[in-house]
Amino acid sequence: MNTVDRVTPPDDCVLELEDVTKVYSGIVAVKKANLRLRRGAVNVLVGENGAGKSTLMRIIAGVERPTLGRIILDGKPVQFDSPADAVANGIGMVFQELNLFSNMSVAENIFATRELTRGLRGIDHQAQVDKANEFLNRLEAGINADTLVEDLPIGQQQMVEIAKAVSLKARILIMDEPTSALSAAEVDILFKVIAELKAQGVAIVYISHRLEELMRIGDYITVLRDGQITGQAQVKDIDTQWIVRSMIGSDAKDFAKSVSHTIGSEAIRVEDVCLPRVQGGFAVDHVSLSVRAGEILGIYGLMGAGRSELFECIMGRHTHSTGKVFIEGKDISAGDTTRRIRQGLALIPEDRQREGLVQILSIANNLTLASLNRLVRWGFHIGGVKEKSAIREAIADLAIKAPNPDFEVTSMSGGNQQKVVIGKALMTGPKVLLMDEPSRGIDVGAKADVFRTMRRLAGEGLAILFSTSDLEEVMALSDRVAVMSNGRLITVLDREHATEAAVIAASAEGHKAFSREVGTGSRQENA
Amino acid sequence: MTSATTVAVPAKPTSGSILLTLMKLRTFIALFAVFAFFAIFAPNFLSTANLILMSKHVALNAFLAMGMTFVIVTGGIDLSVGSIVGLCGMVAGGLILYGVDLQFGYTIYFNIVEVALITLVVGIIIGLINGLLITKLNVAPFIATLGTLYMARGFALLSSDGQTFPNLVGKPELGNTGFAFLGSGRLIGLPVSIWMLIVVALAAAYVARYTPIGRHIFAVGGNERAARMSGIRVDRVKIAVYMFSGFCAAIVGLVTSSELMASHPATGNSYELNAIAAAVLGGTSMSGGRGTIGGTIVGAFVIGILSDGLVMMGVSSFWQMVIKGLVIVVAVVVDQAQRRLQQRVTLMQLAKNG
Repeated sequence: MNTVDRVTPPDDCVLELEDVTKVYSGIVAVKKANLRLRRGAVNVLVGENGAGKSTLMRIIAGVERPTLGRIILDGKPVQFDSPADAVANGIGMVFQELNLFSNMSVAENIFATRELTRGLRGIDHQAQVDKANEFLNRLEAGINADTLVEDLPIGQQQMVEIAKAVSLKARILIMDEPTSALSAAEVDILFKVIAELKAQGVAIVYISHRLEELMRIGDYITVLRDGQITGQAQVKDIDTQWIVRSMIGSDAKDFAKSVSHTIGSEAIRVEDVCLPRVQGGFAVDHVSLSVRAGEILGIYGLMGAGRSELFECIMGRHTHSTGKVFIEGKDISAGDTTRRIRQGLALIPEDRQREGLVQILSIANNLTLASLNRLVRWGFHIGGVKEKSAIREAIADLAIKAPNPDFEVTSMSGGNQQKVVIGKALMTGPKVLLMDEPSRGIDVGAKADVFRTMRRLAGEGLAILFSTSDLEEVMALSDRVAVMSNGRLITVLDREHATEAAVIAASAEGHKAFSREVGTGSRQENA
Repeated sequence: MTSATTVAVPAKPTSGSILLTLMKLRTFIALFAVFAFFAIFAPNFLSTANLILMSKHVALNAFLAMGMTFVIVTGGIDLSVGSIVGLCGMVAGGLILYGVDLQFGYTIYFNIVEVALITLVVGIIIGLINGLLITKLNVAPFIATLGTLYMARGFALLSSDGQTFPNLVGKPELGNTGFAFLGSGRLIGLPVSIWMLIVVALAAAYVARYTPIGRHIFAVGGNERAARMSGIRVDRVKIAVYMFSGFCAAIVGLVTSSELMASHPATGNSYELNAIAAAVLGGTSMSGGRGTIGGTIVGAFVIGILSDGLVMMGVSSFWQMVIKGLVIVVAVVVDQAQRRLQQRVTLMQLAKNG
């Protein structure tokens, strides 16, 4: 709504945190935070990973209780003993980690704990599905409420999570990185819904790492650093530089500058790769491309464009995919994932937690996991100096902040975990690196590190394919930009010819041709 | 044993880390506790003869528990080991007594070494079947090994029509004498089965800690998808652990029938539960990814000493079961508490280091 002048009237504030401190055994996650959430406005919260944003929101959502300080709701101090308490008080939250039951349908997830019942006759499944579809249609998610959550790609799961939170009809709606897996088109829809909610007087708390998003929809902004609030302002008064300064204390390095390097001969060629979808059609539709040594190919596409699936096909993960993959002219299509890794392919998966890391192993063991056969002596013995020095080298090389490589990998922040996944891939000595959304869910500082590493590796002669749904990223990092849409490779543009407009236009291309024949659950793009 | 409990020693031990160290050593503490208790209260407990006898009892369970540990670490379970023990005993007994009838008037008799090798191969093959069912046909480990449990037991009973193969001394003219060596022979004062346990345990602990396949086992149990994406051949790893479990069970089958100089088809009934108990007592997590061979051996000793000691004290076998159950439950409760405490201590160390 219309942003109010300097002195906001007290009744504008729906929830206030007063000197809230949260201490986890030994770690002060939040230090004396004073936060006011205004109704009918988007209250934006930013900060690097581990700055305390999520903790603060978990306190508001009743998941955690503050060690010190008070929560004041509508002028009255309250105490939330459980998330259910907070929900009863009109507080809904979209969690950063998806909290869905993958073995249940979308409708069952949306109405979990408040099932629609018909008295003694049990749950009214039809009514639930109908109502759930209503919410989903409002988000133009193109998801059928009957489908099982585990059958949905991660981006659509995020839409379900959002629909669930919206369906709570909350007065305060907290969204913790709701767009991390969404495409540009879906983000637009989400913002439309947010605007509607705002008009209804809902106080929205919005957490994101994407600064341009914050500038676009935020009304009030709060910046956190190391558990302390380091800046509060109205969004109209500030710019991204201000945010970055408050977040990391100095100006951001932004994208690494292009290192001038020579581009060598062809490192990888992919011919006619196809992956049929269960519902018919192709998730990857006859894709052919080639990348040369030292070249970075950015693959841009909306969600469901088939980028991850293409990478998985190249890695040999799907046995029913067809097509050929050549590494330095050698056909490796016959080998399984293990053999392809040995031939010089490496993948950094999109879903770090599910596919990248073995959580209960140490940092060191995660790093060497894919390259153990390179570290063995006498063909079977690992350990000793060789492994230790390799681990030390990788940690130094990627600037991983690992206090002790023998700690569990989950004891580190998301950005450092991502560096471990990258390190693991690099230790196999790849010729071609596939990076699926390498910057997803990591903070600005770690992002810059990752980008710098990509540049350096390309300079050292690696061929890099990376996928992203961040336009700025693809434009800044790639030597060439490939655009995928609905499983098809629409176009490959040289950096000089790639304009944002051309890339966006191409990314919607695939849905035009297919808009009639796609069946269930693919109505998302009516281009 | 080479138990893998190397703790990153903090500079200044706090009360939390002392408690943590105590909890990490809980199976050792439990072992000393039961040992000390029976040393005081059970007559003749400390006599050499008794200690060796007890070790022989423990060794049987320890073999099975080691195989079980690897299986559980990958996130599976092997219920068939007890039946494999029974079947392998029958295979060994049958080969010694009757040889292999070639159907045209000749019968092949193998010498003892060959008999032992064939028996081990039978155990490994049943493990291979388990592994193939689980990986290639996608049967849940619980169900697949439940199936082989029944089949192996059934074949064991069929092989002799439910009868015992008695008197496995062999005949000198057939060259198959000496089967008793495994069960009652001695080398440098220790029973052969104990030596075998030491060798297999050291090898298993080495594999777990210092070889790629060992790392792979833990990675598969920790996060199968990530393991697959890291280029680990998950199916091979799983098949290998079930084969090792079958191998261990075959050893127990050989040793048991050699000790008795007879093989009975019902041998090994419910041994799998003892093996699971020993593994869990030794800190193996049923959800996969965690466990050590050293811990499992200690767990097997705790269970073994407990049951033998209680027998010596004349405690009723019904009470023995109650006590055994209690010990297992307490072990798991302490295990959970340790994990929570460990997370806290890790956090605290992180906080100190900045």
